[in-house]
Amino acid sequence: MDLIESYKEELQLIRKTWTRIWVGALLLCLLLLPWLAPEHITYIVTIIFIYSIGVQGQNLLIGYTGQISFGQAGFLAIGAFTFGHLNQFGVPWPLGLLLAGLAAGIFGILVGFPSLRLKGPYLAIVTMGFGIAVYQIFVNSEMLSGGRMGLMINQLSPPFDMPSVTFNYYFNFLIALVFTLLSYNIISSYMGRAFIAIRDNDIAAEVIGVNLTHYKLLSFAISSFYTGIQGGLFGLLLGYLEPNMFTFMESITLFVAVIIGGLASIEGSIMGAAFVILVPQLFSEYKEMVPVVFGVTILLVLIFEPLGLNGRWLKMRLYFRNWPFR
Amino acid sequence: MANFLQYLVSGFSTGSIYALVALGLALIYRSTRILNFAHGDISTAGTFFAFMLIGLELPFAVTFVLALLFGAGLAMAFYFCVLIPAQRRDANQLSQIILTLGLGLILQGLVAYFGGTEPQSFPFPLSDTATYTFGAVIISHLSLGTIGVSLLVCVLLYILVQKTRLGLAMRGTSENLPAAQTMGIPTRQILALSWGLAALLGVLAGIFLAPTFLLDPFFMLEPFLKGFAAAILGGLNSLPGAIVGGIILGVSESLAGGYISVAFKNTLAFLIIILVLLVRPEGLLGKEFIERV
Repeated sequence: MDLIESYKEELQLIRKTWTRIWVGALLLCLLLLPWLAPEHITYIVTIIFIYSIGVQGQNLLIGYTGQISFGQAGFLAIGAFTFGHLNQFGVPWPLGLLLAGLAAGIFGILVGFPSLRLKGPYLAIVTMGFGIAVYQIFVNSEMLSGGRMGLMINQLSPPFDMPSVTFNYYFNFLIALVFTLLSYNIISSYMGRAFIAIRDNDIAAEVIGVNLTHYKLLSFAISSFYTGIQGGLFGLLLGYLEPNMFTFMESITLFVAVIIGGLASIEGSIMGAAFVILVPQLFSEYKEMVPVVFGVTILLVLIFEPLGLNGRWLKMRLYFRNWPFR
Repeated sequence: MANFLQYLVSGFSTGSIYALVALGLALIYRSTRILNFAHGDISTAGTFFAFMLIGLELPFAVTFVLALLFGAGLAMAFYFCVLIPAQRRDANQLSQIILTLGLGLILQGLVAYFGGTEPQSFPFPLSDTATYTFGAVIISHLSLGTIGVSLLVCVLLYILVQKTRLGLAMRGTSENLPAAQTMGIPTRQILALSWGLAALLGVLAGIFLAPTFLLDPFFMLEPFLKGFAAAILGGLNSLPGAIVGGIILGVSESLAGGYISVAFKNTLAFLIIILVLLVRPEGLLGKEFIERV
């Protein structure tokens, strides 16, 4: 909605002073939250941070590259269990987390290969098959899933007598912030523009000189890397893992988060993550109704606001900026 | 040899259920290019409706027909109330697929809310345990009934699609929508009918599956995914392909379960999906140009 005059301006993350102030205020609020809010709210926001990483990865794939994936739970499981097993061997967490992301990324490339030949609905089925196959393998193999009791993970011990909820909050806040900045940089680089070109018209992108094989696989790899990191962080927060956390429903939830938050927007991914975490919390007394809320929201979003929550947010901003004109 | 025949027969029986599910998916895909992710949930809803009517002590035949009509009505209502408004707002193919996913979520939640998540047993006139013996092969009344009904449905569907005016309109609509409209075919009604018919087949499969499984809100998930695999194996836009794919999947699953391992049985369908899509994306009998990029 702004006029951009130079490439340097295009690369800037935030272009207006007022936006800087708003973002700064928001970050300050998030920093102060553990001291002001009750403990369970801090915990929920921590989970939103973790989730927003995976949703951003999924959005890079669906929203920016236009490749569909219903198999995110598979990558989530691979990342989480890689992290869990490495943790059992005493590997330090930064290395474990990195390797978890890389393991998921490698499987992402493998799943990406069909995307070179298949489009739309067919790709959806392949990735769905992958997600369910991974789940079934983990359920059937006690060696991989850590047996009936699940896989235990040693949690981090907070420094300077900090309460563990507060420590987990800051830890995940920092990592989510790093990944959010990373996603902004990815989409404003050559890579991001290549992704968008592939989404809009893959043949034209190929003609212009975007290496389709390379960038489609890269998109799958990055998206599953994000998801793997999400899995690792989730395991670290909970302290144990079991295969039943990674059913087909989990893939659907990540997908729903992207659609409701808004395709092709990082802010939207965060809003979508918040939506899919907060709705089950609000409806905790009517657990069966959670899918109904998701479903109805999907129908409403797709029919009335295809850009999702982020689209609504942009329209609201535009309205207030131009007020009283419309 | 006797074992082999036994596996073959039981595979044929499950395969015919997969074929019913696959037929419903193929019917919708070939006419609208939409993958119906709500197919399993519509069948579940229909089966639960039947279960509820049985609780009211209606005769089984009435229950059966009402449940089929309920499923069909549900799918038609979805087509008229959601898909058409979405199409008016230029929803693309992908977002229509996501709409069916949304419908699936809604039905899943509603079934869990009203039907309860406890597994219940579904009373059925054909018995699962009483058997006939043909030589070395043992077959339960239920399996025989399933095979019989599936064959009957396939024949009826063949007559409907190939021999009647309505079938001609359906074929025309799926072949070329604008041309069909120009020829005066009421395409919207025809498409709604396809959705209804597909849901009817799904509910039929659900009712014949419910006695073997216990009835809970997720009992159709696995057969639905298997039906998906079968439809892809046969070619998503081919009706005979769906039947062939279903039978092949059922038999190969049963053989894999018998000779390799039972745990492998469930993963087989997904391996088949991935292999078929990599090697021959149009399926065994499908004829579709796939753009390669």
